[in-house]
Amino acid sequence: MPAVQETVDRVRQIDVDQYRYGFETDIESDKAPKGLSEDTVRFISAKKNEPAWMLEWRLEAYRRWLTMREPEWARVHYPKIDYQDYYYYSAPKRKELASLDEVDPEILKTYEKLGIPLREQEMLAGVVRPEGERRIAVDAVFDSVSVATTFQKELKQAGVIFMPISEAIREHPDLVKKYLGTVVPTSDNYFATLNSAVFSDGSFVYVPPGVRCPMELSTYFRINERNTGQFERTLIIADKGAYVSYLEGCTAPQRDENQLHAAVVELVTHDDAEIKYSTVQNWYPGNSEGKGGIYNFVTKRGDCRGHNSKISWTQVETGSAITWKYPSCILRGDNSRGEFYSIAISNGYQQVDSGTKMIHLGKNTTSRIISKGIAAGVSQNTYRGLVTAHRKATNARNFTACDSLLIGDKCGAHTVPYIEAKNSSALFEHEATTSKISEDMLFYCVQRGLSPEEAVALVVNGFVKDVLQQLPMEFAVEAQKLISISLEGSVG
Amino acid sequence: MTALLEVKNLQVRVEEREILHGLTLTVNPGEVHAIMGPNGSGKSTLSHVIAGKAGYEVTGGEVLYKGEDLLEMAPNERAAKGVFLAFQYPVEIPGVATMNFLHTALNAQRKARGEKEILTPDFLKKVREVAKSLNIPQDMLKRGVNVGFSGGEKKRNEILQMALFEPALCILDEMDSGLDIDALRVAADGVNALRSKDRAMVVITHYQRLLNYIVPDVVHVMSKGRVVKSGGKELALELEKSGYAQFDDAA
Repeated sequence: MPAVQETVDRVRQIDVDQYRYGFETDIESDKAPKGLSEDTVRFISAKKNEPAWMLEWRLEAYRRWLTMREPEWARVHYPKIDYQDYYYYSAPKRKELASLDEVDPEILKTYEKLGIPLREQEMLAGVVRPEGERRIAVDAVFDSVSVATTFQKELKQAGVIFMPISEAIREHPDLVKKYLGTVVPTSDNYFATLNSAVFSDGSFVYVPPGVRCPMELSTYFRINERNTGQFERTLIIADKGAYVSYLEGCTAPQRDENQLHAAVVELVTHDDAEIKYSTVQNWYPGNSEGKGGIYNFVTKRGDCRGHNSKISWTQVETGSAITWKYPSCILRGDNSRGEFYSIAISNGYQQVDSGTKMIHLGKNTTSRIISKGIAAGVSQNTYRGLVTAHRKATNARNFTACDSLLIGDKCGAHTVPYIEAKNSSALFEHEATTSKISEDMLFYCVQRGLSPEEAVALVVNGFVKDVLQQLPMEFAVEAQKLISISLEGSVG
Repeated sequence: MTALLEVKNLQVRVEEREILHGLTLTVNPGEVHAIMGPNGSGKSTLSHVIAGKAGYEVTGGEVLYKGEDLLEMAPNERAAKGVFLAFQYPVEIPGVATMNFLHTALNAQRKARGEKEILTPDFLKKVREVAKSLNIPQDMLKRGVNVGFSGGEKKRNEILQMALFEPALCILDEMDSGLDIDALRVAADGVNALRSKDRAMVVITHYQRLLNYIVPDVVHVMSKGRVVKSGGKELALELEKSGYAQFDDAA
């Protein structure tokens, strides 16, 4: 049997068994009545003890959403979503935790199973890290609520605020009011508007001027409850000269029905500040027949508001049945810089439509896009990107490289770049390649002694190397493993 | 003495077309055989079948390697047992540093043979030595496998691997294609340095020119999927004068 044929067959066999995070946690939860109405919005707001302005903000978004239409331009196909068929709020019973000890042991166990220790002592005593002292603070979001945030005290000493956004709305209303919806306005798009109306939790980070956040911050999102939509909202602000690196991980149980995930992430950098945002997205992709899986409609945008500021997105997308996601940068400040590094893998019946927008507004702004799409099975993988230079964005620079790799002959890779320069000093470069893991390439490797599995892993890792290098080390190792699992099943 | 390679009455099809119809060839350790013949005579097919490339259907005959049935083995197993094919067109593998590729491949072979992995310092030392003898700059080893290599560099990279893996049977598929005379000499010197009493080589070529540098013990002429004539090195010179046309009828 030809080597590529073997790979294709192996990839085809991959189904739910390969998804390691598909287990369900059995806990009692407190849910909003099914469906979406003004009452649902009020219910969520009341659950969170929100101030009146927040409720108004949500209701306005909800009313606007009713007048909007679901976008259809993406290269993804799915049955019409019945928005009345979801639960918009689900929280593990037992709320208002004073400390980690009060977290439901079932939930702690869930995160342990996922390899995310929530107890600080365990984290400290955990694996020996090459950097010795390096630690990661974690915010764990379970369905609609944050269940634990670690290292809060230590971060507070550094002046860094890292807490669930629901708490931030109560404790730091001025900061939230000042920034929420300023990067992704409530009117932005169908899914962002829906999120604005019903978002339940997510992380809030504020790094004060001149502070370099002393540890990596991370949030692990977990959708557990059946028929539940998760609408997380994350807001990260790096004030003048501040720096923060933030990691996001996502998993969900295996379910036959499609779960909905519509998140909004907003980043703001002031003068000389930098935010590095990394995602390893591993939502349940559905089974081998394309049944189930997460619908992932996400709006992520960063605003380089200050001069010399920088926002860098790195994403490894391996999960979800449908991915609709374009982490973008608005390069408003002069000399600001935006980066987008992406590995998007689709297998089975997955559909990915992902990319970025780099909007150059300030002078001497630069951006870089490195996108690696890998399609296997009968999946469809689309890169969609926009690079624009405003009239006043003199000397704007962009470099884009979009590479696609096909495994087998039933999948598709598509590249849809939009480029717009409104001044003559802008310099935009775009490179794109599509290649197949060819029989010749695999034969060359096996003739040198590698097994077919080793050969595929070697070729794929070579293909994504530029992006993997951008991830924090712990994540890079995890991502490399994930890539092998997503594509091969048997490659270790 | 057991022959290193015995090809007996080999018949091979690609899709519906028979390419080799009853090819026989015996190669002993220490010997260098040249296989010459016009385009389409089946030279490359023979090399691919010996190395185990997919897409060829063996409909008759056998291939023994050190007395074992070679056709039963997976391609990577053949490599671990010492069968090496120097490709006519070595493929490019972007993002995989040549050094990393060599290390991974060598260890895969050693593991398959039940040997210990080679220690990195030993490996580096060995690669440097061989690279130096082949005039391969260190910089080239850091680049992606064959990515942006010139024709000569690609061929030298093949010989570098040959030297590193120390195979028992080397098949050189049109090593001279795309090489200028200087590059050809460097490559040929590399090959000659690897000649030994335990190692056999099968050199596939169109032209006699290469055989001025790599002097064969036996020359075979292939035409239409068979060996139609065998002889000493002087046969190559004769061919150069009279061409392949004379064998058309013999096949």
